[in-house]
Amino acid sequence: MDLSVSLPGLNLKNPIISASGTFGYGREFAMIYDLGVLGGFVTKSVTLDARIGNAQPRIGEAPSGMLNAIGLENKGVEFVRLREVPFLEKQNTEVIVSIAGSSVEEYGEVVSHLTGLDCIKAFELNISCPNVAHGGMAIGTDPEAVAMVVRMVKQVADKPVYVKLSPNVTDIVKIAQAAEQAGADGLVLINTLMGLRMDLRTAKPLLGNVTGGLSGPAIKPIALRMVYQVAQNVNIPIIGCGGISNAEDVLEFLYAGASAVEVGTANLIDPWACPKIIDQLPEVLAKYRLNSVQEAIGKALPKKA
Amino acid sequence: MKLSNVKILSNTPIAKDVYRMELACDFAGEAKPGQFVQVGLPGYEVRRPISISWAGPDTIRLVYKIMGKGTALMSTFEPGLELSVLGPLGTGFPIVKRDEVVLLGGGVGTPPMLLTAKAYLDAGVKVNVALGFNTKDEVFYASEFEQLGITPIICTMDGSVGVKGTVLDGLKANNIDCPFVLACGPLPMLRAIQNTYTEGYISLESRMGCGFGVCQGCVLVDKNGMPVRVCKNGPVFPIGKVVL
Repeated sequence: MDLSVSLPGLNLKNPIISASGTFGYGREFAMIYDLGVLGGFVTKSVTLDARIGNAQPRIGEAPSGMLNAIGLENKGVEFVRLREVPFLEKQNTEVIVSIAGSSVEEYGEVVSHLTGLDCIKAFELNISCPNVAHGGMAIGTDPEAVAMVVRMVKQVADKPVYVKLSPNVTDIVKIAQAAEQAGADGLVLINTLMGLRMDLRTAKPLLGNVTGGLSGPAIKPIALRMVYQVAQNVNIPIIGCGGISNAEDVLEFLYAGASAVEVGTANLIDPWACPKIIDQLPEVLAKYRLNSVQEAIGKALPKKA
Repeated sequence: MKLSNVKILSNTPIAKDVYRMELACDFAGEAKPGQFVQVGLPGYEVRRPISISWAGPDTIRLVYKIMGKGTALMSTFEPGLELSVLGPLGTGFPIVKRDEVVLLGGGVGTPPMLLTAKAYLDAGVKVNVALGFNTKDEVFYASEFEQLGITPIICTMDGSVGVKGTVLDGLKANNIDCPFVLACGPLPMLRAIQNTYTEGYISLESRMGCGFGVCQGCVLVDKNGMPVRVCKNGPVFPIGKVVL
């Protein structure tokens, strides 16, 4: 069974990529399995300077999912360049570095610190984090700001640029097209949906940040709908993301027009989720009479006239 | 770290809203004092972090309090049911070479202190124990410590049994001035301990996403302003390290 997928900058041995924010820089997972089994992984988002993140609590529960409001806690781009890159260089998988910023300019500046590094195969722009006051989703919900940040990064990036879109918009197709027209090499759909839980004891919102991002199986139908809509309106590849926890879920996203997928919350519930999905995938593809991942991509999309 | 389906051997109430669950567990032999497991509950996406109270060669014991719907469901589980459990997780209590230590447990922070007491006794250390609860209905584990040959000082905030007041009041009342403390309990108790002692370790609690160090959900800040992961760097930290 041919599981391989070729995308700008990424030669994926299979379409399974671990999603940003659920995989750290891969160190904890490298202790329990060979990261070489993965198609690739996306690092925790990095900003120019270290960020301390949001107040506790940062985690809440939701039916078939969870809320998080971490707040882009990270040690800053210099730490990544000096301390994480030597580890990333040793991994036999495609590494995508997630970039975040509190302004359009910051995205470009972070990427400029990470050029010339062979172990980084692509950048993923996190313009969709719902848990920070500046940047993040504020950029990802405005087509003009999306175009600006993509153009800014494309000027300095020496690797393909993927844009992770926010589902917290009225028309995701408009945002996707703005990213494509500004020169994005690919799209990742979707980041978390903004949500809220109450603490009944305190009569206040549960999370320190008040709102958080909803992830997990609960958001899978929304993610699938958005991939399906966007796939019919752009000509750059889409990586699907949202509630994927087994190989059947992967196949749904491939049918909807995704060329690969990111697995996020499932990593937190079962640290071996990605290798298990990769193991299941050939059998599930065979069950539906498919001979390759490639054959499944976009199978559900209306034929273009 | 392993992910195993483990069979419930027993699940019984031992105090108000507090249950003791014994599990047949293939990673029991790896469990160290102060470590925890992430328990998966049917119908709930996020696992529950629960400290390991006791570990035999093939069994672990969890003592948990009903705090919400998940733990309420857990209390209804019958022996024979299998649960998905990830563990052992975290950095537990180090076994430091001392002549004497004092172990403090507060409420549902008491359970991990039992396995810790056993490890210190095995290392030839004299172990003093004080346990604090709100009221006598909530008291548990006195006999478990007695089985190890330790007579715990029981303290209740309302004075309905034992010394009236906190575990620190209990130590004072019994003239125990050992400077090295190991503790687990609610935040106000740990704050008071951190203000009183300079030597020893405390075990912290936090809402967790993963339990193995990748999601940054449980992060607190140390006194240098650096983030620490309760699930991975802790839950046990040297006294004074983490801002409480």
